[in-house]
Amino acid sequence: MANVSSTLNAKIVEPTIFDLSSPGRTGVTMPASDVPETALPPKELLRSDLPLPELAEVDVVRHYTRLSTFNYSVDTGFYPLGSCTMKYNPKINEDTCRLPGFLFTHPLQPVETVQGNLALMYQLQEWLKEISGFAGVTLQPAAGAHGEFTGVLIMRAYHKSRNDVKRTKMLIPDAAHGTNPASVGMMGMTVVTIPSDERGNVDLKALEAACDDTVVGMMLTNPNTLGLFDEHIEKVIELVHGCGGIMYGDGANLNALLGIVRPGDLGFDVMHFNLHKTFAVPHGGGGPGSGPVGVAAHLVDFLPEPLVGIIEDAEDDLPPLYGFVKPAKSIGRMKAFHGHFGGGLVRAFTYIAMHGPDGLKDISQYAVLNANYLQARLRDTYKVPFDRICMHEFVAEGRFEGSDVRALDIAKRLMDYNFHPPTNYFPLIVHEALMIEPTETENKDTLDAFVDALIKIAEEAKTQPDLLHNAPSTTRFGRMDEVKAARELVLCCWLPENYDENA
Amino acid sequence: MNAPANLKYTKSDEWFDPASGKTGITDYAQGQLSDIVFVEILVDAGDTIEAGKPIASVESVKASAEIYSPAGGKVAAVNKGLSDKPETLNTDPFGEAWMVQLEGGAAGDVMDAAAYEKYCEERAH
Amino acid sequence: MTYIPISPKERDDMLGTIGVKSLDNLFDAIPAKHRFPKLDLPTALTEMEAADELSGLANANENVRSDLISFLGAGMYNHYIPSVVDHMLRRGEFYTAYTPYQPEISQGTLQAIFEYQSLMSALTGMDVSNASHYDGATAAAEAVNLAYAQFRGKRKKVVVSPTLHPQYRAVIRTYMQGMELEVAGDDPNANLESNPNDLISQVDDNTCIAILQYPDFFGRVYDYTKLIEDVHAKGALVCVVANPTALAMFKTPGSMGADIVVGDGQPLGIPMWYGGPSVGFFTTRKNMVHKMAGRLVGETVDNKSQRAYVLTLTAREQHIKRDRATSNICTNQGLIALGTAVYLSLLGKKGLRQVAELCYQKAHYAAEQLSKIDGMGLCFTEPFFHEFALCVNRPVDEVNAHLLEHGIIGGYDLGQDYPSLKDHMLIAVTEMNTKEEIDTLVEVLSEVANG
Repeated sequence: MANVSSTLNAKIVEPTIFDLSSPGRTGVTMPASDVPETALPPKELLRSDLPLPELAEVDVVRHYTRLSTFNYSVDTGFYPLGSCTMKYNPKINEDTCRLPGFLFTHPLQPVETVQGNLALMYQLQEWLKEISGFAGVTLQPAAGAHGEFTGVLIMRAYHKSRNDVKRTKMLIPDAAHGTNPASVGMMGMTVVTIPSDERGNVDLKALEAACDDTVVGMMLTNPNTLGLFDEHIEKVIELVHGCGGIMYGDGANLNALLGIVRPGDLGFDVMHFNLHKTFAVPHGGGGPGSGPVGVAAHLVDFLPEPLVGIIEDAEDDLPPLYGFVKPAKSIGRMKAFHGHFGGGLVRAFTYIAMHGPDGLKDISQYAVLNANYLQARLRDTYKVPFDRICMHEFVAEGRFEGSDVRALDIAKRLMDYNFHPPTNYFPLIVHEALMIEPTETENKDTLDAFVDALIKIAEEAKTQPDLLHNAPSTTRFGRMDEVKAARELVLCCWLPENYDENA
Repeated sequence: MNAPANLKYTKSDEWFDPASGKTGITDYAQGQLSDIVFVEILVDAGDTIEAGKPIASVESVKASAEIYSPAGGKVAAVNKGLSDKPETLNTDPFGEAWMVQLEGGAAGDVMDAAAYEKYCEERAH
Repeated sequence: MTYIPISPKERDDMLGTIGVKSLDNLFDAIPAKHRFPKLDLPTALTEMEAADELSGLANANENVRSDLISFLGAGMYNHYIPSVVDHMLRRGEFYTAYTPYQPEISQGTLQAIFEYQSLMSALTGMDVSNASHYDGATAAAEAVNLAYAQFRGKRKKVVVSPTLHPQYRAVIRTYMQGMELEVAGDDPNANLESNPNDLISQVDDNTCIAILQYPDFFGRVYDYTKLIEDVHAKGALVCVVANPTALAMFKTPGSMGADIVVGDGQPLGIPMWYGGPSVGFFTTRKNMVHKMAGRLVGETVDNKSQRAYVLTLTAREQHIKRDRATSNICTNQGLIALGTAVYLSLLGKKGLRQVAELCYQKAHYAAEQLSKIDGMGLCFTEPFFHEFALCVNRPVDEVNAHLLEHGIIGGYDLGQDYPSLKDHMLIAVTEMNTKEEIDTLVEVLSEVANG
């Protein structure tokens, strides 16, 4: 089974866990069995070997600790990553989510034994409803994209329940995240792309022309991926509702709106939250996320099952009894069990509880302040194609007249100044985009240092462009051979071929 | 830029050889996609297809593209070996990396090599 | 309490640079009548108060470490988690990192995922693993998406074994609504004692995939080699949903010929956490890797000739392929996958086998003792791993209520999903259950039988 690896001659910075294996080592000793022995099943049912590595505890600890030092992280630096809301992750949340009462409860335990979990989930449903202006919330979806898929299933089920079956088109602005069309593709629906106008809003004429009785609805991120709040949002929603469509809000950018405006009040019908963005659940190197979905009153019956509800009202001194309820026309289950309870819901609950209404508003106000400050300081050096007051993020162009430096080069050069690059493959409607989202948790010194670095890099682009083309040069690893990775496709490693189990 | 004179071209960068009925993607297209790592032909021999309908899906290190038929007709053959050697789309797009061969293929909305070269130059700016 | 480090003076300076008077002026684009709603939320807690509040909620639960003895499994299992696992997950460099799109400064996450992929491939006996899905159920649903794409939408039937976890079956049905695929085979009234090979009668030339569970929902272990061969003869793919602990001792689905092996990685060092987050592993054959959804890490070199890792074949994914992507997934369960990698590295070849055998031994001891109780008995006779169906001959909720009075969480009530298994519970036993706990269960259930 051994893969022939053409990286054989490459320098190894950190061996893999398989490279480090040595026969006979183990990191854990399990207790001996305390029950009378039962014969193992017939040999035909058993596997003959288990090619897992063998290491002592200290080797495992050192290996993964060394690996961790190869990572950039929020705990080590500034992450102005547009559309990702890489804010500081409060440490208390790491403690609360690991309380034994949360860690060691089974999802199918009798509800009487998990009233703490259910009370927390019920309360979080209520808080998210209040924050967003929706009538119902499900906590089940595992991530933003999963929430989107949930939302689109709800939209489909609503039309179907009314026998309105000719609706197959989803309207999506050209600035949208890739997940929006992908969610629609999973449903067998077709995507109709709506262009943006010169101020970065949805082009109303194009929208009006696309609105007819075959429209499922529209998926809109607002503020959009340019960081701009649509100046005609009410008109956009009116047009979509006018043709019988449902208005979906992509909650990726909710960090701009807490206590500022509630999407439900604006007329949105469905929206997913990204608890890992807005409510400081750490990103974990790419997951797990958590993507609850809120819906307006007419869609509550279609939410996934089960929701947390009160199954016996509070009485005198007794608290209510929480349990599970099934919405009448539920689309079904989105995943096993109840969503990302420990990793997502407990942390988000802690975060919201510690902010309260005023603290939440502060989050958005300062997130928007920081973004506008960066935009104001950078606009003379980097072209901002849609230049107006932005929300929590903005998009600049990472290119200069007469220079072959690209946004990617600027992004890579920022690593040499010990900053994580902004998002640079997105949004598609800006050439060589640098999408910058500072979040509210950065101080002015950090923001200023980031601006200084970007201004210096703009200078370098003119005087020493190769510095940028070859960046990063101060990091432990340099630019990668991505073609080799894709062509040779070495996707796993194994124990060495001469590994002698009995040595 | 390379655009053989005997072929016809589409605005979506496919070529069609009226003599052999073969189709594929152009040199310009492979350059835009860069290093191609995956190709899947979406039609089978014997299918009847219309011009403008998807016949293949291509993925490179950075991008993905749907390939549309430059002509309509009955599929006489598909290049079965191509999926094992997607990199030939970069090295020999007009030859070894043909995709689908049509029988009695009628070209759709196509242009000649001179017009196509001009069309590519315009997009370069 | 907030985490905003800007002083009022700095704020005013920044507003000056922007050229607006107040924070409120930054929001003029928002319709005035909806601007600045008053949110009806409790006032903010300090950290001390929040810690107290959350402890109160956690303590309002009865947990299976200190309060209750548990014999509940059914897809989520109470295993021992070595201390090292959480110490590694608590490293800020891991848990506060973003998706490794910038490989130069993300090699920690990338190499860890590469190792996770390798460990999962080794465990399942498959060629390749992706970087993971949300959980076992959604991984199974993604297997259907893969099969549907593999046959380019031409095969529209999915055959699901009735002995696949009921919630997994429900999730598959939810996922398939949009594509309007036909789901067959998961009849709750199916004959559960029949040979699994009988499922072949449902497979036809419109079938894109058949989905089996291993060990099945009732803990039974079958060699699916023949069934898989027969499904292949009909041109369809086979996905096996496997318990990863069981794979430490039982034959791999890969060696039986499965095309896709998925499952939930929670038993591998991840707390039950009231159901999540866990991690859905997804492994397949190399020739299907381009149709597989989800992130994938591959080995390469950097420009200093160092071995390194990158996200590869990204053009399959939603951010590039958009509406033509196999799935909209754009995360993996990064941190949880890391946890399973640490767990597997620690236990290794011997430790994991030992855990599996402890589960096996204890479950068989429990089954033997329980089947001696008058009026109770094992439902099936096939070899099983660490779960089994027990007939208790009276309503399961009554039995479980009685057990709970003795501090025991009994088995999963099988009657809710299978009418023919009314009065049956599914009992799970792991290395965490001592002989004493098992004997207590037997004792209390004997009382129930005699009462």
